[in-house]
Amino acid sequence: MIDREPPSRNAEAASRPFPTVIVSRRAVLQLAGGAASLATIPDASAQPAPASGQTSEALERVRLIVNGDARELELDPRQSLLDVLRETLDLTGTKKGCNQGACGACTILLNGRRVVSCLTLAAMHDGAEITTIEGLSAGGELHPLQAAFIEHEGLQCGYCTPGQIISGVGCIAEGHAGSPEEIQFWMSGNICRCGAYPGIVAAIADAAERS
Amino acid sequence: MIPFTLEKARNAEQAIAAAAAGARYIAGGTTLIDLMREEVERPERLVDINALPLAEIRVENDVLVIGALARMADVAAHPEVQARQPLIAESLIEGASPQLRNMASIGGNLLQRVRCPYFRMLDAPCNKRDPGSGCSALDGLHAGHAILGTSDHCIATHPSDLAVALVALDVTMRVLGPQGERSFPVEDLFRLPGNAPHLEHTLLPGELIIDVQVPAGAYSRRARYLKVRDRASYEFALVSAAVALDIEGGQIRQARIATGGVGTRPWRMRAVEEALAGKPPQRQAFEAAAQLAVREARPLRDNHYKMELLPRTIVRALELAGEVA
Repeated sequence: MIDREPPSRNAEAASRPFPTVIVSRRAVLQLAGGAASLATIPDASAQPAPASGQTSEALERVRLIVNGDARELELDPRQSLLDVLRETLDLTGTKKGCNQGACGACTILLNGRRVVSCLTLAAMHDGAEITTIEGLSAGGELHPLQAAFIEHEGLQCGYCTPGQIISGVGCIAEGHAGSPEEIQFWMSGNICRCGAYPGIVAAIADAAERS
Repeated sequence: MIPFTLEKARNAEQAIAAAAAGARYIAGGTTLIDLMREEVERPERLVDINALPLAEIRVENDVLVIGALARMADVAAHPEVQARQPLIAESLIEGASPQLRNMASIGGNLLQRVRCPYFRMLDAPCNKRDPGSGCSALDGLHAGHAILGTSDHCIATHPSDLAVALVALDVTMRVLGPQGERSFPVEDLFRLPGNAPHLEHTLLPGELIIDVQVPAGAYSRRARYLKVRDRASYEFALVSAAVALDIEGGQIRQARIATGGVGTRPWRMRAVEEALAGKPPQRQAFEAAAQLAVREARPLRDNHYKMELLPRTIVRALELAGEVA
């Protein structure tokens, strides 16, 4: 018989030096003190609080239905729909890439149509229905296009993926996913700098065929 | 973005009154918000016109009428547009991205600002942004800039694809302002830069675009828009050509041609059109006529390639249009 030493409590402790609490990167940034950590983010307009000396005339009362939930908001007219989703509603699945309408990372469905949320003012969409990546799955099941992105490896770093998937949902709904060439043309508003395009096109083609 | 007030107009009178008092119209916002964020545009008052009933697409006495608030995607997908004026549908599909086409209005498309990099670069001289400061593109990055209609003060091209198609098709536009309604050719909307490139269009203060009216021509259905660019899609034109042909008995009766990416405004090619009249729709005639396109062109150091690319693009577009059944 070989004597086995019981697993060292010390070794276990070393591998888990802190109590297991899942803390998101975002929560850490918020805890670390907004001003200091956010000062390195170039676009200060993301913050609802106006810069010193610049106060907006009035806040706009806006009602949005986001992923099925009605939200009552008071917004500075300067806030883009993207910034409201990310900063006010904490729906950070929608990504800020270029913030000038060129990359598609911020694509959402606005009243069922795919749009870039960075180039529209939230205050102009009172009563609108919005679907973000967070609202795509139902009852714990992935949306078929989300599942297809996993199956076909339609991503590498993943930053463009929420925008790609929402845009792909729009592309399929519009009836423009009939061939790889058609998908390429109608998905050209979504840039992937990792170059995962073959997987993205395959995923959309697959999901379109099954839908 | 500097602070501004945002108001919603419930009718055209309200909108025009606000604009006459200094407000800027906002519809899709895809150009304006982008430039406001860069502080190239600094309006202090916006009037949202999206509630106005100006998004309709209809046919009146063979004239296709497209409301100024109709979205690019909806116009391109409309059966009457596709059947009657395929050039307009094609020019729209070749412009912007699907997301932007879902947002951008027809009126805003015509009024979009230039894509010269110096226009957006606040620390670089630009006569369009800061009149009298100079033009950085003349000796700077100008491979994408104009060879027609330029001045010593500005060489930026007009970026709209739709406008090129509308100018080719003799489209008129209807505007409503404090002094009432008027109509004029879309071609007359655009000013040459001359010595005042900050003045881009001929709208009077407060005037609101109501619709564009596309007449039916014998050439309307045999029409193609060809866009040559650095990427296969979602990129501004290096050179583009909107071409419509009326062919009967093996002869061109009428040609309509306008080009993009080469002019400081959408550039109608009347000399080329006249040279094609009465000719057979064949490559030799196309090539001879297309040479006239660059007769008055003034290329710069890095956009000389357009002297060759422009006639070739016109020839290829003519061939594609000739192939339309």
